[in-house]
Amino acid sequence: MNTSMKRRVFLKRSLSASTLGVAVGAGLLSPQAILAAWNEASFQAKSEKDAIASAMGDASTTASEDITIKAPDIAENGAVVPVAVKASIADVTSIAMLVEKNGTPMSAIFNLPKGTMADVSTRLKMGKTGDVIAVVKAGGKLYSARKSVKVTIGGCGG
Amino acid sequence: MATSIKIRAKAKDGVTTVKALMTHPMETGLRKDKKTGNMIPAHFIQNVTAKHNGKEVLMAEWGGSVSKNPYLSFKFEGGAKGDEVEISWTDNKGGSDSDTAQIK
Repeated sequence: MNTSMKRRVFLKRSLSASTLGVAVGAGLLSPQAILAAWNEASFQAKSEKDAIASAMGDASTTASEDITIKAPDIAENGAVVPVAVKASIADVTSIAMLVEKNGTPMSAIFNLPKGTMADVSTRLKMGKTGDVIAVVKAGGKLYSARKSVKVTIGGCGG
Repeated sequence: MATSIKIRAKAKDGVTTVKALMTHPMETGLRKDKKTGNMIPAHFIQNVTAKHNGKEVLMAEWGGSVSKNPYLSFKFEGGAKGDEVEISWTDNKGGSDSDTAQIK
């Protein structure tokens, strides 16, 4: 590919990226419509606090007993730890799962449209014994809960 | 026909439960290849979208710390037998896949 062809491809790519930016700014594209949006800042944050702030807009959460975290007390294989989070709070719009002792704690963010229940489940990697944290955004407010999971064999393939 | 996603969707008492299993290495980028000594590059699903009859019911963002061959389960109100549930994912390397299943 000669230089001028490369330049055209580069310009074409950057133009389409900026068109997207303009469309978002003009309110033509809602954030939920941009399917490829990925919260880099949150997933790369090294502290729990920064990870939550980047994902939810604020770092401070209120501990809530209306959030249940179902995870094993002892995980025999840290590479595959089943974690289920359920919240009996009204108007939940998102649920984040963090693993306290992982180098980058943010593990998964679930954005829930109206009609989807606050009941999500997946499997996470845990490097060592520590808390699994659930942060729930409901009605614009942040709630959280933690559960300690003992990890006998670390899950990061070290 | 996509084969990297297995979907089971069941409607009961006005709630549909969806369970999906995806085939993906979910490499964190922190592992070393024991043979070559080189770091295995990060390769993981970043976005998962689920739709019910074309309407979005879940948008998930994942990091490398979701387990290999990721499992996902969620529930939404409504859904009837025969309705379509579609699950699609995109990863950090531009890979993607999508599959649909009918609610039972």
